[in-house]
Amino acid sequence: MVLLGIVIIVAGFLLRFHPLLVILASAIVTGLAAGIDPLAILSALGKAFNDARYVSIIWIVLPVVGLLEANGLQERARGLIGKMRGATAGRFLTLYLLLRQGLAAVGLTSVAGHPQTVRPLVAPIAEAAAEAQAGDLNDATREEIRAMAAATDNIGLFFGEDIFLAIGSILLIKGLLEQYGVVLEPLQLSVWAIPTAVAAFLIHGFRLWRLDRRLRR
Amino acid sequence: MITLQWVYALAGAVFAAYALLGMRERPLNAAFWALLALSMWAGDWLGDLGNGILVLGLVGLGSVGRLSRGEGGVPPEHRQARAERFGNRLFVIALIIPATALAGTLLFKQMPVWIDGKQATLIALALGVLIALLAGCLWLRAGALVPLQQGRRLMDCVGWAAILPQMLASLGAVFALAGVGDVVGGIVQQAIPNGSLLGAVIAYGLGMALFTMIMGNAFAAFPVMTAAIGIPLLVRTYHGDPAIICAIGMLAGFCGTLMTPMAANFNLVPAALLELKDKHGVIKRQVGTAVPLLIVNILLIYWLAFP
Repeated sequence: MVLLGIVIIVAGFLLRFHPLLVILASAIVTGLAAGIDPLAILSALGKAFNDARYVSIIWIVLPVVGLLEANGLQERARGLIGKMRGATAGRFLTLYLLLRQGLAAVGLTSVAGHPQTVRPLVAPIAEAAAEAQAGDLNDATREEIRAMAAATDNIGLFFGEDIFLAIGSILLIKGLLEQYGVVLEPLQLSVWAIPTAVAAFLIHGFRLWRLDRRLRR
Repeated sequence: MITLQWVYALAGAVFAAYALLGMRERPLNAAFWALLALSMWAGDWLGDLGNGILVLGLVGLGSVGRLSRGEGGVPPEHRQARAERFGNRLFVIALIIPATALAGTLLFKQMPVWIDGKQATLIALALGVLIALLAGCLWLRAGALVPLQQGRRLMDCVGWAAILPQMLASLGAVFALAGVGDVVGGIVQQAIPNGSLLGAVIAYGLGMALFTMIMGNAFAAFPVMTAAIGIPLLVRTYHGDPAIICAIGMLAGFCGTLMTPMAANFNLVPAALLELKDKHGVIKRQVGTAVPLLIVNILLIYWLAFP
C-alpha cells in the first residue's frame, strides 16, 4: 500500500501534472497508507523542508549574475571566445568537465554550479564557441548546447566528488557498513571512485568530441 | 561566531527584496518569495506543524495559476555597448564568488572561534556574493537596486522550481517514515535470479539506478539496495569486497540521478535557469552518458570486487 505514493509520483510526472501538487499528493497518500496521522504527515513535511533550507541559499547569487548580465557579461564572453583560434564548444566543455571533476575531487563542490558558473559563464562561452564553429545556430542547437553545458557540470560534480574523503556519500557508506560490522577508513572507499571518474571523463569527453564534429558540418 | 543562521538571514533578506520589488506587477510571485523569506528568517521558530502549513502555502501559490515569467531585461544593444566599455572587469567580478568560496573553505576551517567550520563553504559563498555585489556596484557604477531588480527577474524565470529540491527532500522524509524502502527492498530480493553472480551484480547496480530515479537521490536508494542485495548476497554469499561494491554501487545510483526529473536541483532547475523550452532538455543530454556509464559501473563491480 505504501508504494501507492511511488505510483502517484511516476504517473504524475509522466502525465505532466504540476510537480509541486504531485509531490504533495504522493506524500499525503504514502503517509495515510502507512497509517500516519494527517497532522503528523504535515509536521514531517514541514520539519524536512526546514532542515533542507540550505539547498535554497544558492539563490542569493542571482543579483550578482543579473547585474553582470545587464552589463554585458554574456556579450563579453562571446567577444573573447570569437577571437580565440581552435576554441570549440566541445573542447571548452571538456576542459570544464576536467576542472569540475578535479575541484570536486578535492572537496570543492560548491565552488561551481548552475547559478554560480553555468548560467553566467559556461553556457554563454559554449554557445559563443558553437556560433564560431557553425555560424548562426538554430534554436534547437542553441538549446542543445545550453543543456549540454548544464549536463557537463552535473557529470563533473557527480563523478568527481566521491574521490574526496569527507563527502556525504562516502560517510554514508562508512556509517552503513559499520552497522554490518565492516569497519573501513574513508580512503579505502574513495579510491574506488577513481575508475568510474576516469570512465565518466572518457565517455562524456567522447560525446563532446562528437558534438564538435556535428557542429563543424 | 558566524554560523549558518547568518547566511539564512541574508537569504531571507534577498527573498524579501524579490517580494517587495515584484509586489505591484506580480503579486502572486511576490507572495511566493515572501513566504520563502519567512522560512529563511523564522523557520526555526515556526515549529514543525507551522513549517508544514508554510509548505502548503508555497504549494498553493506555486500551483494556482501561473507564476509569471521574469521580464524587464536590458536590451541587447545596451548590453553590447557596456560589454565593450567594461571588458574583462565583468569576468573578474564573476570569478569573485567561486574564488571566495574556494579561499574561504580552506581558510575558515582554521578559524573555529570566529566561523562555524562545518559550514565554511556556504558562509564563504555568501561572503563572496557580498564582495561581488559591492565590487560590481562600485566598478560598474550601478545603483544599489539594479542587482536586486535583475536578480528578481532571473528568480521569476526559475519560479516555483526554486523550491522543488526542498519539496523532494520533504517527500523523502515521509517515505522514510512510512517504510517505503523496506517494502521495495523486499520486492527486489524476490526478483533476483538464483545462483548467478552476474545476475546479482546487475540487480544491485540496476536497482540502485532505478530506485534512485524514483527517489531522486542515491542516498535514499543506497541503504535499501545494500540491505536487500549488497550485504546478504554480494558480500556474504559471494564474498565480494564490501568497499568496492558499496563505493561503485553508490556511483551506479548517481547514473540514475542523471536520468530523473525527481533530482530537480540538478536536472529541472538548470533547465529553468538557462531558459530552455524543454524542461527535460538537460536530462535528455545526460542519458547518453549515464547509460554507458551505468554499464561500466556494473562491470567494474563484477571484475574488481570478486577476485
